[in-house]
Amino acid sequence: MGLLDQRFENGNVFITSLDDLLNWARLSSLWQMQFGLACCAIEMMAASASNFDIMRFGVIPRATPRQVDVMFVAGTVTIKMASRIKRLYDQMSEPRYIISMGSCSNCGGPYWEHGYHVLKGVDRVIPVDVYIPGCPPRPEALLEGIMKLQEKVRKESMVKKRS
Amino acid sequence: MIDLTMLQPPTLPTDYTVKLGHTKTSTGKTIRTEEMIVNMGPQHPSTHGVLRLEIVIDGEIIVDCIPHIGYLHRCFEKHCEQMTNYQQIIPYADRMDYCSAMTNEWAFVLAVERLLKIEVPERVEYIRVIMAELQRIASHLIAVGTYGIDSGAFTPFLYTFIDREKILDLFEMTCGARLLYNYIWIGGLSHDLPPNFIGQAKDFITYFHPRITMLNDLLTYNEIFVKRTANVGVLPKDVAINFAVSGPQLRGSGVNWDLRRDDPYSIYHKLEWQPQIGKGEVGTVGDCWDRHIVRMREMEQSLNIIEQALAALPEGNVKAAIPKRIRPEKDAEIYVRTEASRGELGYYIISDGTTSPFRVKARGPAFVNLSVLPEIVRGGLIADLVLTAGSIDIVLGEVDR
Amino acid sequence: MTAQEIFDILKIRFGDALIEEKLSAAGGSASVGYAMQVWINIAPDKAKEISFFLRDDSAMQFDYLSCLSGVDYNNGTLGIVYHLSSMVHKHKIVLKTFCTKENPHVQSVSDVWGTANWHEREVFDLFGIVIDGHPDLRRILLPDDWEGNPLRKDYKVQEFYHGMKVPY
Repeated sequence: MGLLDQRFENGNVFITSLDDLLNWARLSSLWQMQFGLACCAIEMMAASASNFDIMRFGVIPRATPRQVDVMFVAGTVTIKMASRIKRLYDQMSEPRYIISMGSCSNCGGPYWEHGYHVLKGVDRVIPVDVYIPGCPPRPEALLEGIMKLQEKVRKESMVKKRS
Repeated sequence: MIDLTMLQPPTLPTDYTVKLGHTKTSTGKTIRTEEMIVNMGPQHPSTHGVLRLEIVIDGEIIVDCIPHIGYLHRCFEKHCEQMTNYQQIIPYADRMDYCSAMTNEWAFVLAVERLLKIEVPERVEYIRVIMAELQRIASHLIAVGTYGIDSGAFTPFLYTFIDREKILDLFEMTCGARLLYNYIWIGGLSHDLPPNFIGQAKDFITYFHPRITMLNDLLTYNEIFVKRTANVGVLPKDVAINFAVSGPQLRGSGVNWDLRRDDPYSIYHKLEWQPQIGKGEVGTVGDCWDRHIVRMREMEQSLNIIEQALAALPEGNVKAAIPKRIRPEKDAEIYVRTEASRGELGYYIISDGTTSPFRVKARGPAFVNLSVLPEIVRGGLIADLVLTAGSIDIVLGEVDR
Repeated sequence: MTAQEIFDILKIRFGDALIEEKLSAAGGSASVGYAMQVWINIAPDKAKEISFFLRDDSAMQFDYLSCLSGVDYNNGTLGIVYHLSSMVHKHKIVLKTFCTKENPHVQSVSDVWGTANWHEREVFDLFGIVIDGHPDLRRILLPDDWEGNPLRKDYKVQEFYHGMKVPY
């Protein structure tokens, strides 16, 4: 129980807004889709392995888009792959988030000029919430990106009607 | 918005008609089944990247397997032609086989150096060998760890990545990058070794020897793992040579062939080491377990090489005298092959006398090793497909380039 | 066996299927690494026959096709370069075959070496050289409906592919 352990007597009442409670639950368990494309996928694997331990943030890798909240687009998106990414994004259930990891998926990276088969930025196909720069970004940068996404989730409202 | 209709048509090579099959049950009865086409990938955790396999199955038996590649085609060869000088290509060579970037840039640099007929200082050769062998260990650690996941064992992955991070720390103190280094330059290196590198590398060697034994206990000789991989995905010697398979996969099939010995480059002929071959200790020669054990034993050999190279490391300069503009002769061409972590990595370079190459062809080992997959899996069980594909140890960056 | 000896044997056996032999400009050194510089030019419609001979003859035994690359020479000529080596005799040889851009046809060698299958598909994909007798000639890296052959020197990238903008 960590921080809350032994701080409160039995039968306490917490007062919080429903939004805060829902967002707290959502941001502490961002399930991630295993979607490594290229070099950044190795850093994503390193982030989920022992030394960096991404599961501290409640990020659990899942193999199917139906069970996830966030997709890390880690690596170069090619034109052949772009339609598959679009389809996988469509299969994810709302609310869904995309973290674009690495220069390639941000803007084409080193392949921007002569890469005839590279999509110059995954945001041409799907909307992106957090961009992580680097080629490849270090695992720490990926963790920073997750924290940025958590900040974004914290400010959202699940209860208010959307226009 | 993009058009999703292009996803729909299956792309079988000919007009594939679904046939009726016959599968034998465990009691010996023959039941009528129907062939079915199953799609695996490109988003699949066990294809090690964006590989797509189209599998025709009859019951549990694989009738045919058609790999579809190109989902990571990043136009390496076009970039080589378009860059303004040879030095600029090295980062792209890094990004081809991203699990083993050092060996990739070394192969390219070696090809350019031979084209220019440059001799590099001896210290450079020793440092390059140390780096390449460290990289080989790091690359094999990824292969072993993810192969554990493929066979259902998650724990080895966590252990191998701890050890890999130690190697990456060594690289990071040398050149500042964790994964893609741009360290080996034409005619030398970007930096000399940092002062405390040798001590830390020696510490790593003493640390890693017992870890190999531990990994062997944990995974290699684990009874479940042996049952899963022995006699599975057997690649016979003649097929392997006919398909020009190389690296641990070729040696796993019992062919004693290592370019570090058979087509020597750098200082490998001065060092004491042995190529490791599969002997069929738990099953048939050339099965998945043989390919795995070859990788495990190669890590030990790499440690030996690093130990000797560290002991004999000469003093000296780390940059050879090279012309300011690298401009090989007109119509000069060369094919240089080296033993990268996955096998024969060759670069075929044609120069047209300008500062950028006329044509570069990269012969990636993973591309060639993958092309033999349908031959191995045909007639096997679908449950063994993931293990067979995993034992090839492909990196899609190099398959598609 | 040196390249000259291989060339002489091939000359006796195949005669007009061989066109010329050339020492490349960077050659000259005799060490192991430099040995792949000498090349033999073979006729594109005899590639398979010569390959079978090179693989099966007991003095040659070129059982290992290291690399197969397409080249656009930017003068109306396309070519395929075969880098062969022998695991038994440990010698190497380079074969080249040329065709014109108007009639880009080369015989397949995928029956001889299995590895040539994917390499030839790549050459077809990126250079547009039609490989005659190939069992499964499709694009391998690019999508099936891609326009043009990217590694040709006169390639212009297409503007849109299924609604996606291709250039930056």
